[in-house]
Amino acid sequence: MSAPHYPGFDTLSVHAGAVPDPATGARATPIYFTSSFAFRDSDHAASLFNMERAGHVYSRISNPTNAVLEERIAALEGGVAGIATASGQAAMHLGLATIAGAGSHVVASRALYGGSHNLLAYTLRRFGIETTFVDPRDIDAWRAAIRPNTKVLFAETLGNPGLDVLDVPLVAELAHAQYLPLMVDATFTTPYLLKPFEHGADLIFHSATKFLCGHGTAIGGLLVDGGTFDWQLAYERSGRFAELCEPYEGFHDMVFAEESSVAPFALRARREGLRDFGAVMSPHNAFAILQGIETLGLRMDRHVANTRRIVDFLVAHPAVASVSYPELPEHPDHALAKRLLPKGCGAVFTFTLKGDRAAGMRFVDALRIFSHLANVGDARSLVIHPASTTHFRVPPAQLAAAGIGEGTMRLSIGLEDADDLIEDLGRGLKASQRVPKGA
Amino acid sequence: MILDVQGNPAYCYTGGKAFDAALPTVVFVHGAQHDHSVWILQTRYFAHHGFAVLAVDLPGHARSGGTALGTVETMADWLLALLAAAGAAPGALVIGHSMGSLVGLEAAARAPQQIGALAMVGTAYPMRVSDVLLDAARDAEQVAIDMVNIWSHSMLAHKPSCPGPGFSVVDGNRRLMQKIARQARKPGVSGVFLTDFLACNAYANGEAAARALACPTLLLLGADDQMTPPKATALLRGAIAHHQLKQIPDCGHALMAEQPDAVLEALFAFACSPDASGAPA
Repeated sequence: MSAPHYPGFDTLSVHAGAVPDPATGARATPIYFTSSFAFRDSDHAASLFNMERAGHVYSRISNPTNAVLEERIAALEGGVAGIATASGQAAMHLGLATIAGAGSHVVASRALYGGSHNLLAYTLRRFGIETTFVDPRDIDAWRAAIRPNTKVLFAETLGNPGLDVLDVPLVAELAHAQYLPLMVDATFTTPYLLKPFEHGADLIFHSATKFLCGHGTAIGGLLVDGGTFDWQLAYERSGRFAELCEPYEGFHDMVFAEESSVAPFALRARREGLRDFGAVMSPHNAFAILQGIETLGLRMDRHVANTRRIVDFLVAHPAVASVSYPELPEHPDHALAKRLLPKGCGAVFTFTLKGDRAAGMRFVDALRIFSHLANVGDARSLVIHPASTTHFRVPPAQLAAAGIGEGTMRLSIGLEDADDLIEDLGRGLKASQRVPKGA
Repeated sequence: MILDVQGNPAYCYTGGKAFDAALPTVVFVHGAQHDHSVWILQTRYFAHHGFAVLAVDLPGHARSGGTALGTVETMADWLLALLAAAGAAPGALVIGHSMGSLVGLEAAARAPQQIGALAMVGTAYPMRVSDVLLDAARDAEQVAIDMVNIWSHSMLAHKPSCPGPGFSVVDGNRRLMQKIARQARKPGVSGVFLTDFLACNAYANGEAAARALACPTLLLLGADDQMTPPKATALLRGAIAHHQLKQIPDCGHALMAEQPDAVLEALFAFACSPDASGAPA
C-alpha cells in the first residue's frame, strides 16, 4: 500500500469545497442568489434550526456559494472551517467578538492596517474591549501586555505597510503558554506564501478583497478556525472562554466545546456572530473571490517576481531614499522572512522618496500604469501615500513607530509586464525630482 | 454528562438534552482515535426525537479519564458498565463506528438483556490493520493520522458538509485525531492510535459473537470505504442471523461526516423499526 498524500495547493485552489452542482451538473460553482431555502417538511425545518442536520436555511447564516469559498479557504489554510464575511473588517470583528466582550482585553501589534487600528483603538473600546498595542518584534512587550482578561493576541503576518514580519512561532508559543490564541491577519501573505496554522497561529482572517480575489472587483472577508487551540483546556486552566465552554443561552444552552471538539469557535462565530451581527458576504462576491482563488498560486508567483524586479530598480534609483522589503538584507526582519516566507514576501511594500510631500504628489500624478487608489492585491499595480490616506487617523508618533513618514509611498505590484511598470515608475521618479517653476 | 465507570470519569454527550433513562436508550461508540463529536448531527437528532442519547468518549479518549483499553473485550465490559452506571433501561440500541462497531458487537453478544439492537457502521471483521499503519502509529503518529484521514474520505467535498456549511470535513477529522493524540500523550504509555489499532487487530471473538447475536443488527457501510470495504463484512453477513445491510453511495469510511443525512435516516429508521423495539417516546 503506497503512502497516500493530500492534494496539493493548486489542486485545492481549484477543487476544495466544490462538487458539480447536484441540481444541474454545473461544473463551475453556481451563484445561489437566493435569500432562503425551502424545507422538505416540518421535521426537516426544525432539525436544521436545531443543528440536527446540516443544510441551508437563510443566506445570512449560510449559502451554498459562500460555503464552497469557506471550505476552500479552510482547506488551503489547513483549518477546520471558514466563514465568509462582508469584508475583511467584518471578519476581524467577527473573530474578536466571538471570544471577547465588554471587559475583555486584546494585545495587538502596533504595525496594523489603519482600519484595524481604528477598530481596536476606538470602536471596540466604546464597547468595553480594550487593546494594548505593542512592537511586534518585542516579545517581552507582548508578554508584559497580557492581563488576566486578555482574550487574544493579534497581529498581521506582514505589517501594513512597513512589512514587519511577524515571528508567528515565537508569538504563538507565548500565547499558548498563557492559554491564549493567536489570531493573525494574513491578507498580505495569503496561504500560498505562508500557512500560519503550521507555525502556531490559531485563527486567521483575510481581507479577501485583496490577493484572494485578485482583480479588485469584490469586497469580502474570510475568517478561518485552525481547530488547533484547546479552548476547553484554556477554560479549565485560566477561566477564559466561557463563551465556548459554558452553556449559551442564545442557543438552548448549547456548549459549543462539547458539540465540536475541534471547532467550537467556528460553530459559535456562525451560530451567533453571523446570525446576530449579520455581516455576511454576498454570494455574488463569493463567486468572484472563488474565481480569483482558482489562480492564486499562479498569480502570487507573478506578483512576487514583478515585485523583486521593481524593488531592485528602486533600490538603485537616485531619487529613492530607502526601500522597505523583507527580502532586502537591511530589512530588520530579513532573516525571519527567509525562514517563514521562502516563496516571497508578497507584492506590497513601501519606499521613501527624496524630497518633500510635494515631490510625492508629483510622483503619483506622473504615473500612467499605476493607479492611485486605496487598495492592494489587485491584478493592476497600485500606489498610495499612507500618511494622508489609509493611515491618516493614526497619531504621528505611532505612524513613525510603524515606519511611515511623510515621504513614504506604498506600492502594490500587479501582474503587468515588469518592464512597463519600471518604465512607469521611472517616469514618476523623474517628475518627483523636477524643481517646480517659481520655486 | 460525566459518569463514574470502573473508577474513572466517563464522558457522555447527551445530544443537547438531559439524559432521561425512562426513554429508549441509544449509545453511540466512536472508532479509533476519535471521540463523541463524530456523531454530532445524528446524536442531536436522536435526542430531540424521543431517545435518550449517550455518545461516549471511550477511556483515554478526549474527555474520559483513564487510559485507552487494550482489547475490544475490555471496551465492551466498560460499555456495559457505563450502561449500568447511567441506569439505562434494558434493550438499548448500540451504534458503533469502525472499532466502536466491534465494541458494540462484543457487548451485545455478552449482554443480550442490556442491548436490544446493534448498528455496525463502517465495519468489518476481521478488522485487520496493516503492518504499515501499525508501524506508523507506533513510530510516527502524524503519518498514521494522515494515512487514515486520507483513506477515510471518498471525495474532497461533500455537500452540505458536516457539521454544517463552511466546515472542512477532511481537515476537521485530521485535527480531531491530532487532538486525541495530544491529549493522551503520556510518558511510558502507548499512543491511543496504536492501542486502538492493536485492539482491532487482535480481536478474535468477532465470529463467535456474531453467531451468538440474538438482536436485530444493521450493517451500514460506505460504498467507497477503503478502510473497511463492504466486501470485508462477508463473515459478519454470514454469521449474524438477523441483519439488515445498507450501503451508502459516494461515501467512504467517515460515513457520519461524508453523508450525515443518509446515515441519520438509515439509523433512525432502524431504531424505529419494530425489530429494534426502540420506538421513540
